Amino acid sequence: MSRRDVLNLAGAAASVTVIPTVAGSAKSQSAAQPGTMPVSFTVNGQRQQLSIDPRQSLLDVLREKLDLTGAKKGCNQGACGACTVLVNGRRVVSCLTMAATQQGAEIVTIEGLASGDQLHPLQQAFIEHEGLQCGFCTPGQIMSGVACIKEGHARSPEEIKYWMSGNICRCGAYPGIVAAVADAAKRS
Amino acid sequence: MLPFRIERPRTVNEAINAAAAGGRYIVGGTTLYDLMREEVERPERLVDINGLPLYGVSVDNGAVVIGALTKMSDVAANPDILHMHPIVSETLVEGASPQLRNMASIGGNLLQRVRCPYFRMLDAACNKRAPGTGCSAIDGMNGGTAIFGTSSSCIATHPSDLAVTLVALDATMKVRGPKGERIFPVSQLYRMPGTTPHLEHTLMPGELIIEVRIPAYQGRRTGRYLKVRDRSSYEFAVVSSAAILELNGGTITQACVAVGGVGTVPWRMPKVEAALTGKPASREVFEQAAAVSLEGHKALPGNHHKADLLPRTIVRSLELARDAA
Repeated sequence: MSRRDVLNLAGAAASVTVIPTVAGSAKSQSAAQPGTMPVSFTVNGQRQQLSIDPRQSLLDVLREKLDLTGAKKGCNQGACGACTVLVNGRRVVSCLTMAATQQGAEIVTIEGLASGDQLHPLQQAFIEHEGLQCGFCTPGQIMSGVACIKEGHARSPEEIKYWMSGNICRCGAYPGIVAAVADAAKRS
Repeated sequence: MLPFRIERPRTVNEAINAAAAGGRYIVGGTTLYDLMREEVERPERLVDINGLPLYGVSVDNGAVVIGALTKMSDVAANPDILHMHPIVSETLVEGASPQLRNMASIGGNLLQRVRCPYFRMLDAACNKRAPGTGCSAIDGMNGGTAIFGTSSSCIATHPSDLAVTLVALDATMKVRGPKGERIFPVSQLYRMPGTTPHLEHTLMPGELIIEVRIPAYQGRRTGRYLKVRDRSSYEFAVVSSAAILELNGGTITQACVAVGGVGTVPWRMPKVEAALTGKPASREVFEQAAAVSLEGHKALPGNHHKADLLPRTIVRSLELARDAA
């Protein structure tokens, strides 16, 4: 049983409030149902040919169509970084990325980082340095950290803090996050 | 979000035709898509121009030419920019977050919309969003609003850092539309609010920004962008200053200063520049020149701290520019 199955069970038992997404926004309920459009891109190495509502964000397509729920919906306005994924090797916030504009893109999410049971070095470093408390921001932190290291912006704690500032951790696990990124940067 | 159509033109001319017929250009979408979700923006037709060949930075006879679709992060890391205009790189890296800089284009950055909270509140009066409804900020939350170029209709600050530095550098832009090409200074892209704050720029329907050009310069130039804000990264400016100096020995032969966070448009400071030219690059001279910067400003109870910060920010940016020489 995966972590998500457990969460689903817990959700069913506690009847959690469902947050309306994309097409279900209260403001838009009177609007006519729009058509769909085709888009194809690669996610974690797998080609995806999808029919989407042009209003959908990449985040919503990942979470709701592809069941890749690692990227999180925090603010949904590009401010918190919890939805960070790599598009063509670069970190972006998937909540402000229109899926319709991603034709041909190569997307990597947190689910695509590990090789089998072998965690990515930054995932391992987050465990070793306790770079998390509640874990909600962690997938975004790790994707952003992977890019931060690749960009060459992880040469000092100060530099890591500046270049990781697009990812917010409301638990305040920043010391562990910075240590994990610094450690993984040294190892790579 | 309201429904819309999206199309992907293959050529610049196809894109211009689609936009002239009522389409809105979209590249990174970091402003437009966000505002569409809030239903502040309600386009019925989007023109996705990500596929057009308007990318890259090149050098042409000493001028630096930036394709309008080039991402903020690519311009910031470009070797020619870092060598010839490091202030542009500094300005870009001080803006937004690494993720957003990977998404937002240079053209989109210049056309980003204001951050006044009332602009996003559909139930609040806002002449920019809904002309004729009034301005909620004038007697409301106005800590972030402008002290230059305001009107009784709108006091929102222009949010772009890059625009401030490009105005200081006398950059020009090339746009193409249904009636052909135009080249004009970046400073002329912007309209002050007056009685029509919903009209923010001077582009005609269908006009597309093709490129931004930073002109060649002679002599030795040094420049810094100082951004003062509520936290040390990933925040809009309270006050910012782009200071560019040409120095001969210890004497200022030319000065260009533009400021952000304080104007309804990027705000050039010609009187400050005149007070610097021909003088020694000393703190005393910087302070005398910066004292002129407040001429004509109009502060409100919520934003008078900007009037305190502005001359200090200018002085500090001039010192940083001088010390970078």
